[in-house]
Amino acid sequence: MTEIKMPKLGESVTEGTIERWLVKPGDTVEEYDPLCEVITDKVTAEVPSATAGTIGELLVGEGETVEVGVAICTLDTGNGEGTLEAEEEPSASAEETAPAPEKPEAPPAQTADKPRGARISPVVMRLASENDIDLSKVNGSGFNGRITKKDILKEIEEGPGTAPAGKPVPGHAPESTQPSVMAGEEIPVTGIRAAIADKMVQSATEIPHAWLMMEVDATNLVNLRNDLKDDFKKNEGFNLTFFSFFVKAAAETLKEFPMLNSSWQGDKIVVNKDINISIAVAGDDKLYVPVIKNADELTIKGIAKQVNELANLGRQHKLTSEHMAGGTFTVNNTGAFGSVQSMGIINHPQAAILQVESIVKKPVIIDDMIAVRHMVNLCLSIDHRVLDGLVAGQFLKKVKEKIEKMSAEHTSVY
Amino acid sequence: MAKISYLQAITHALDHEMGKDDDVFILGEDVGKKGGVFKVTDGLQEKYGELRCLDTPLAESNIVGTAIGAAMMGKRPVAEIQFADYILPATNQILSEAAKIRYRSNGEWNCPIVIRAPFGGGIHGALYHSQSVEALFASTPGLKVVIPSTPSDAKGLLISAIRDNDPVLFFEHKKAYRLLKEEVPEGDYTVPIGKADVKRTGEDITVITYGLCVNYSLQAAERLSKDGHDIEILDLRTVYPLDKESIIESASKTGKVLLVTEDNLEGSVMSEVSAIIAENCLYDLDAPVMRLAGPDVPAMPYSPLMEDYFMVNPDKIEEKMLELLEH
Repeated sequence: MTEIKMPKLGESVTEGTIERWLVKPGDTVEEYDPLCEVITDKVTAEVPSATAGTIGELLVGEGETVEVGVAICTLDTGNGEGTLEAEEEPSASAEETAPAPEKPEAPPAQTADKPRGARISPVVMRLASENDIDLSKVNGSGFNGRITKKDILKEIEEGPGTAPAGKPVPGHAPESTQPSVMAGEEIPVTGIRAAIADKMVQSATEIPHAWLMMEVDATNLVNLRNDLKDDFKKNEGFNLTFFSFFVKAAAETLKEFPMLNSSWQGDKIVVNKDINISIAVAGDDKLYVPVIKNADELTIKGIAKQVNELANLGRQHKLTSEHMAGGTFTVNNTGAFGSVQSMGIINHPQAAILQVESIVKKPVIIDDMIAVRHMVNLCLSIDHRVLDGLVAGQFLKKVKEKIEKMSAEHTSVY
Repeated sequence: MAKISYLQAITHALDHEMGKDDDVFILGEDVGKKGGVFKVTDGLQEKYGELRCLDTPLAESNIVGTAIGAAMMGKRPVAEIQFADYILPATNQILSEAAKIRYRSNGEWNCPIVIRAPFGGGIHGALYHSQSVEALFASTPGLKVVIPSTPSDAKGLLISAIRDNDPVLFFEHKKAYRLLKEEVPEGDYTVPIGKADVKRTGEDITVITYGLCVNYSLQAAERLSKDGHDIEILDLRTVYPLDKESIIESASKTGKVLLVTEDNLEGSVMSEVSAIIAENCLYDLDAPVMRLAGPDVPAMPYSPLMEDYFMVNPDKIEEKMLELLEH
C-alpha cells in the first residue's frame, strides 16, 4: 500500500485544497493518471498517480485543505504491504513529506520515571532554592521536558496547583433566536473563491485607487473589423475580436508611458521592462487572470490568437500558474457582458487596470451636426501612490487616439 | 534626512572630519585619483587636494608606518587598507608600534590613527577578499577594533574613531557597503566607541553579534517574532575592548545566549564573549551558550555552494535561534 501525498505545487505554497476527486476507491489507475484536482491560490492542478495500482481509501474529502506532505489517498500497488512505500513519489513532494527529525532524537520525554533534576540549569536551580520550590512538582516545557527559566518564573508568579484545568467555562452568549432573513443555501467559501476574495481585499485595502474614464469614437474600428472579420475567421479559424485591438493599443501605449507598467514595492517603484498584459477570463463561477506575455511585440492577430487560447483553457479550467504569472498591466473586457461603465479593482501588485466597455451606437455632435457613431468608454483605475491624474490622463488619451485612428489604411492585423 | 548607504555614510564621515579639521588626511592604495576600489573616498582628493588624500605605493607596512609617524607629529591620518586580507604586512607596525606608543612613552606620545579596511565574505571574493581578521587584533591592549553594522553607526563611529587619541581599527563589511541603507543623521554625529547597542529588545533569548550578521539576525528575529518569539539582539559595535556591562546585562536578562560571527569559530571574538558570560552570568543561565560561526577551515571558498556553506545567513541563524528557544 502506497500513500499519495499532497504535492508542493510551486514555491512558497504550503497547502492545497482538494477541488474534486477524479477517482474513487477500487478504481484501477496507471502511473501518471490524474487522481484529483487541487487548488492553490488561483491555480488548479491535477495530482498524478505516483505508480500503477488500485485506489484504496480517499483520506481527504473534496473541499478540504491540507498541508503539503499530508497523505491524501492510499494506493494498493499489489506488491504486498509497505514494500513500495513512497518509492515512486514525485521528488517535489517527497522532500516535503514526513517531518523526519534532522538530528537523532532522544527518547520521548513523557516517561513517568524519568530521572528528575538531571538537566536543571543554574538559573532554575537558583530560583528554586530562593523560592523554596520543589522542582519535582514543576512541569517542564523545554526540550525533553526540561524545566526552563520561564516555567519556574511562572510557578513563582502563580503559585503551585493553579493549573487552569477545571475552571468553569463562562456561559456563552445565547444565540440570536430570531433570524431576520430566511436563510437560503449556504455556499462554503473554498479554493479559488477564497483566493479571489483574499486578492481582492488586498488590492482594495492596500491600493489607493483613483479612477477616470474617456469616451472613445470606435466607428473606424468597427468598420475595419467588420471588413476583416469573416475572412479572418475563415483563414485563421478563430474570431478577430474587438478586444484584441484594445489590448494592442494599450500595449503600444504602455511603451510610451512605462509608469503605468510599474509596481509599488513599499520603498520603491519597480518599472517593468516587459509588457505582459493580464486579461480576465471567467470559467463558470471562477475568475482567472492569464497573461499575454510581451504583448507589445505581437500583432493584433497574435494577440487575438492568445486571447482565444487562454479563454478556451480558462473555460476548461486548464490554466496553470505559469499562464497567470508575470502580468504587469491588466486589460479587462467588461464590455463582453454589456457594461458601459465600471471601476476595476487593480490586480495587485500592478499599478493600473483598463476596463474596455461595450461599444454602443450613440448620437454624437461632430462639426455642429448630429451623427450616429459607435462609442465606447475606456475606464482606467490607477494606483495613486504610483501614478497621478496627469500621466494617467495622458496615457488614456493616447489609447483613445490610437483607437480612433484605426482604419484599413493605417492598421494591419498581421 | 535622506536614506544613504553604509558606504556613503563612511564617505560623509570622512568628508565631515576633513572639512572640520585640517590635520585629518587620508592615505592608501588608489584612494586619491581613483577614489578607492569601492569608491569610499570618491571626490575627496578633488575637494581637499593631493596632500590630504594621498595615493601610496602598494606597501601596507609603509602606509601604516607613515600614518603612525604623522600621527605622532600631530596629524590625524586615516589609512585605508584596500582589503582587510592585506593588512597582515602591516601588523608589526600596528601591534608593536601603534598599539604601544602611549605605554612605551609613559603617556608622553600618542598615536591618533584610524586604519579602515573592508572585510567579510558573501561577495564571491574567495580567500584574498573575504577574510574576517578582527580576532587577530582583538587581543592587543592599546588598540580599539570597531565594526559598524548600520549606516548610522558607520558614520557616528568613524567620526568618533578619527577624534580618538589612540589607534582605532575600523573594519567595514564590504557586502554591507551597498546592501544596507537607512536615514543617517546629517552633520556632526558621533557614536561612542566601546559601547554595545541593543538593536532589538526581547525577553526570550539574546543574540550577540556584530557586522553584517546584525542585519541577518534582525531578519531572523523578525521572522520568529511572527510565531511569538521575543528575541533580543545586542550589536557589539566595538569588538575590542568589549562592552562587558552590556553583555552581562543582556545575557543575565534572558539566560539564553546565541553568539553569531562570520569569522572562524575557534578563537573568534565570540570566544571571549562566551568567557565573559561564563564568568559573570552562570547563575542566571538557563541554557548552554551557543555559537554560530564560520567553520574552522583555512579560507572562504570560491565555489558559490561552498561559500554559502561557509557564510552565516538568516536561515542558519533562525534555525539556531529556534534550537535555543526550544531548549
